[in-house]
Amino acid sequence: MVTLVMPRLISFEGTGRRAASVTERNISTLRSAYWVVMVSGFLEPVLYLFSIGIGVGALIGDITLPGGEVVGYAEFVAPAMLAASAMTGALSETTFNFFGKMKFVRLYEGILATPVRPIEIALGELAWAMVRGVIYSAAFVVIMTLMDLTTWARAAVMMPATFLVGLAFGALGMAVSTIIRSWQDFDLIAGGQFALFLFSGTFVPPTAYPEAVRWLIEATPLCRSVDLIRALSTGTTGWLQLLDVAYLLVLLALGVTVAGRRMEKQLCK
Amino acid sequence: MESLIHARGLIKRFGDFTAVDGIDVDVRRGEAFGFLGPNGAGKSSTMRMIGCVSPPSEGVLEILGMDPRRDGPRIRAKLGVCPQLDNLDIELTVRENLTTYARFFGISRKQARHRADELLEFVQLTERADSKVEPLSGGMKRRLTIARAMVNQPEMVLLDEPTTGLDPQARHLVWERLFRLKQQGVTLVLTTHYMDEAEQLCDRLVVMDGGRIVAEGSPRALIERYSTREVVELRFDAEGQGAYAEKLAGIGERLEVLPDRILLYVADGDAATAEVQRRSLSPAGVLVRRAGLEDVFLHLTGRTLVD
Repeated sequence: MVTLVMPRLISFEGTGRRAASVTERNISTLRSAYWVVMVSGFLEPVLYLFSIGIGVGALIGDITLPGGEVVGYAEFVAPAMLAASAMTGALSETTFNFFGKMKFVRLYEGILATPVRPIEIALGELAWAMVRGVIYSAAFVVIMTLMDLTTWARAAVMMPATFLVGLAFGALGMAVSTIIRSWQDFDLIAGGQFALFLFSGTFVPPTAYPEAVRWLIEATPLCRSVDLIRALSTGTTGWLQLLDVAYLLVLLALGVTVAGRRMEKQLCK
Repeated sequence: MESLIHARGLIKRFGDFTAVDGIDVDVRRGEAFGFLGPNGAGKSSTMRMIGCVSPPSEGVLEILGMDPRRDGPRIRAKLGVCPQLDNLDIELTVRENLTTYARFFGISRKQARHRADELLEFVQLTERADSKVEPLSGGMKRRLTIARAMVNQPEMVLLDEPTTGLDPQARHLVWERLFRLKQQGVTLVLTTHYMDEAEQLCDRLVVMDGGRIVAEGSPRALIERYSTREVVELRFDAEGQGAYAEKLAGIGERLEVLPDRILLYVADGDAATAEVQRRSLSPAGVLVRRAGLEDVFLHLTGRTLVD
C-alpha cells in the first residue's frame, strides 16, 4: 500500500543538486557496451600521437616554438592531441547524444515535469560530458609523461586546463545542438570538427600559413586550446595563455546561456 | 475550500493560434476534476500550463497558491504528471525509471529505492522491475508512468488522457488504481475524451471546445441539464431515415438523425417506444438506454470530426 501522508521528501537545494541529478541519470545508463565507446575514444589521440607525432616526427626533426624554444616534433604534437581529444570527448556527448535526447526520445520532457529547469539539464549534461572527457585526458596525460614528452608537475597543471577546454567545447556543442534541426546537420559539424583538428596549430604551427589564413586559425577555439596546453606542456607559459583562458571561459558562458535559453524556448512552449 | 488550481481568463496563444481562449477553473483539494473535449479543444495546452511547463499568454493562474511564472520548480516539486505520450527513459530499467526520477526531486537514494518498491507493488509491476521499458505492453508502460508521477508523493496528479490507446483490461486496471489514489485523498486532474472514464472518475468536470469552456458540473448534473434521462435509438431499413424523422416528430424533447439511426431524447424510454409503435412505425431495431455523458458531449461539441 502506498502511503501518501508521509513526511515530505522534497528538498530545495537548488541548481547544483538538480544538475547533478541529471548527470547521475546518465551514469545509471552506463552499461557494458559503453566501454567499447570509451576505449575507441581514448585510442584515437594515442594512435595519432604514435603515427604522426613519432612516425612522421622522425622525418621532421625539431620544431621551434614562438618563444624560440626548440622541441621535438612528438613533444609539439602530443599536447595538441590532448586538446583535440578533450574537444572530441566533449562534443561527442553534447552534439549527437544531446540532440537525440532532446528531439527524439523526449527524455527532457519527462525531466522538465520535475523541479529541474532547462538550464540545469544543460549543466548536468555538460558535467556528464566532462566525466568522459576527463577519463580520456587523464589517460593520455599519463602516456605523455611516461613517454617523457612532459613532466609530472606540468601534467598536473595540464589537467585543469584540459578540463576547461572540454567545458568550453561541450557548451559550444550543446548550443549548436539546440540550433540545428536535423541529423544531416551533424555531417557539417563532423566536417568542421575535422577541419579544426587538422588546421588549429595541431600538426603545423599557425605561423606556417599565409598571414590572412594564420589569423583565421589563431581565432579558432581549438587553436587557443592547443596554445594553452602546449605552453603548459612545454613549460613556455606567458601572458598569451591568460588570453586563452579568458577566451575559453567566454565560450563556456556563452554556450551554456544559449543552450539553456534555447532549450527553454523549445521545450517549454 | 482550498483551491489547488485557480484560473481566471486564462489564455494560451501559439503565434496567431489561440489554443486556450479565456477559461475560468477552480479545482479543490481532494477532488477528481476532468477536462473533456474533442481533439484540439485546448485540454493538453491547459494541462501544460497547470504543470508549469508552458507559460500562460494572459490571465490569472495560481497552482497550489503559487505563481507558475515565478515558482515553477517549487510547484512542480508537489505535482505528479502523467503525460499523454509516455516519455519513460528507455535506457533504464523499470525500477531505475522510478529511482532516477525520484532523484530529480532531491529524494535520497535510499528513500528512492524504498519508494520505487512500494510503487511497483502499487501498479503491479514488481515482477518486471529489472526489465527494460521497451518490451513492456502499453498498459504496463502507462502504469509505470503513473507510478513515476507518484514518486514525489504529489499533492495533485495531472493525467493527460491516461487510458488512451489501452485495451479494456488495461483501462480498468488503470481506473482502479486511480480510484484508489483518489480515495487516499490525492487530487486528480485529468483530460479525456472517453465519457465512461469521466463518469467513472470525475467528481466535477468541464467540457471544452475550441479553447473555451462550454459546460461545467458533475457528470450527473451535466446529463440532467444537457440531455434527457433516457435515449431511444431507432434503426430503420437502410434508406430514408430522414423520412421517418417527420413521422416521429413530437416524441420526446429532441430528435437527432444519424446516417444509420435516429436518436430520441426522452424522459421515459418505454413510453416513447410505445408511442412509436402506436404510430405504426416498425423500426428494425430499438434500443432504450440511459443518457450518458457522451450524449451531453456530442450535443455540446457537435458530431463533426475534429483532427
